[in-house]
Amino acid sequence: MIALLLRDLKLALRAGGGFGLGLAFFLILTVLVPFSVGPQSALLSSIAPGILWLGALLACLLSLDRLLALDFEDGTLDVLATAPLPLEAALAVKGLAHWITTGLPLVLAAPFLGVLLNLPPEGFGWLVISLLLGTPALSMIGTFGAALTVGIKRGGLLMSLLVLPLYVPTLIFGAEAARRGAIGMDAETPLFLLAGISLGSIALLPFAAAAALRMTIR
Amino acid sequence: MSLRLADIAVARGGVPVLSGVSFNLPVGKALILRGPNGSGKTTLLRTIAGLQPPLSGEIEGAVDAVAYAGHADGLKSMLSVAENLQFWAAVYGQHDIAPALEAYGLAPLAGRLTGTLSAGQKRRAGLARLMVTGRPIWILDEPTVSLDTDAVTMFANAVQRHLATGGMALLATHIDLGIEAQVLDVAPLRAVASELHGASDEAFL
Amino acid sequence: MSLWEYANPVKFLALSARVQPFAWGAAALGIAVGLVWGFFATPDDFRQGSTIKIIYIHVPSAWIAINAWIMMLVASLIWLVRRHHVSALAAKAAAPIGLVMTVIGLLTGAIWGQPMWGTWWAWDPRLTSFLILFLFYLGYIALWEAVEDPDTAADLTSVLCLVGSVFALMSRYAVLFWSQGLHQGASLSLDKEENISDVFWVPLVISIAGFTLLFLALVLYRTGTEIALRRSRALSVRLDRNT
Repeated sequence: MIALLLRDLKLALRAGGGFGLGLAFFLILTVLVPFSVGPQSALLSSIAPGILWLGALLACLLSLDRLLALDFEDGTLDVLATAPLPLEAALAVKGLAHWITTGLPLVLAAPFLGVLLNLPPEGFGWLVISLLLGTPALSMIGTFGAALTVGIKRGGLLMSLLVLPLYVPTLIFGAEAARRGAIGMDAETPLFLLAGISLGSIALLPFAAAAALRMTIR
Repeated sequence: MSLRLADIAVARGGVPVLSGVSFNLPVGKALILRGPNGSGKTTLLRTIAGLQPPLSGEIEGAVDAVAYAGHADGLKSMLSVAENLQFWAAVYGQHDIAPALEAYGLAPLAGRLTGTLSAGQKRRAGLARLMVTGRPIWILDEPTVSLDTDAVTMFANAVQRHLATGGMALLATHIDLGIEAQVLDVAPLRAVASELHGASDEAFL
Repeated sequence: MSLWEYANPVKFLALSARVQPFAWGAAALGIAVGLVWGFFATPDDFRQGSTIKIIYIHVPSAWIAINAWIMMLVASLIWLVRRHHVSALAAKAAAPIGLVMTVIGLLTGAIWGQPMWGTWWAWDPRLTSFLILFLFYLGYIALWEAVEDPDTAADLTSVLCLVGSVFALMSRYAVLFWSQGLHQGASLSLDKEENISDVFWVPLVISIAGFTLLFLALVLYRTGTEIALRRSRALSVRLDRNT
């Protein structure tokens, strides 16, 4: 399992894309927002938590179609399915690798982008915590979406259509926690619910993803 | 421990392609599948490898014993040959990749990125992958594609050594490898309309 | 004689052919009686005026929108566990009906909401939940269309339906958490205290029964079409193999 994780991380580093692309997308999106809504700092600071959450979510989505598609094309998934490592574990590890290469950099970059959007000072901590708790769910749900669509030619768009509705609860609780934190309200309740979704996704979705993948390989 | 198939039927895309496949592959032996394109060789091999369930029949001795090499090599172009083999060795709980590199003459290429190799070199690396799995039953689907005569000899020798050390091999190939093996021609085993059992389309006829 | 006998397409079609005329007839009758009664034989609501009459379309379509998804969930489970093709095809057949009913529910809601709340759309929990349900239907149908092998498509959509149901339920509670609503409470419930008054209630129940029968008839009809499509595919494959 560690070998698979290291291999995926190494590949993400070597092929570029992995770290850079999602982050760059996140940055560009955040920069574009003031252009579209105007430079008033009061407006920006009130929508900042939501925009940053939405940006992180879309940046996550962007890299999902590479998560399994490349391994499917070069036959790696066939071999993994016959290997002693259970497919469920392999997919959980691939979700983890996706989180380390995409989710974690987004969490770390979010405070800096928060400055650009006039995020109130008390909001930074909550933003980072909510992203830290929420992005694992985004990666795991994405792994499931990727497993569903891996056998479909040009499945990227379809995957967005399938994955985005599944992202709704994570987005609501995550952005709500960040928003409440920024305006000094109690943010713990949505954070707990967010953590619940993440833990539930990590525990159960690898099984659903492995089931979907076996159906596709068959 | 031998590989035994009893009255296996397999389907591709909901359509039965082979039925009544039975054979027994004892330790140290090889079996070569022959048959025209589309006769179901690949489907049969994938079924034995456990990638898809058979329509009916029993497979014994295949679980956790097979190493499968299909048309694609399962190698990452952005990793070196050695890194690819080390990765698969780790997945199968093995460590030593030196014999595999040696057997396919890959030692000089070990540090090269797989993406920079020629098709034949890549194929050799893909076949070397079987040697790092430590699994007794090799399942090979058209293993000699894009190999030159020297490489085919390397491959034949590797299979011979594997058989001599208690392994088994199941191949779909048209090239004479000079390996002593049973031959199973699948053409007569084509599933006929009257005995379509359990395939998805059959329910609608 | 067990229920599973009708998992056989031929037996299913035979039963469906016998049931369908009654289902269509009863559906037409139920909807006609419910709507005519509701539109012409009930008084106007003392607060909402005659706009209340749209309830006889709004509530039944919303009812079908939700229950069609539940039916798809059950059918998907049956397919995954027992591999009955009719079940998978029934789920496939129900999805577009559910989608259309969701759209009707949303549209009639907007038409009703405009005079009542002064707006076509509000991010109210119920409305938002329905919008999310609409997205789930879209994804489900798109996945059916995209996968080439019919059995794989049935497998994958079933898994999506299962996982989607869990997430749809979570979205429902997330949305409740996120916004307080304008929408009135449930129109129907077993707790009689909360129900709307009897004058409206009887025609509404008749209309709901009519819509449910319409849904049944449509699902039977569409499942028959799907079976015919699969049958023609199976026959053409067999023809190819024998020539």
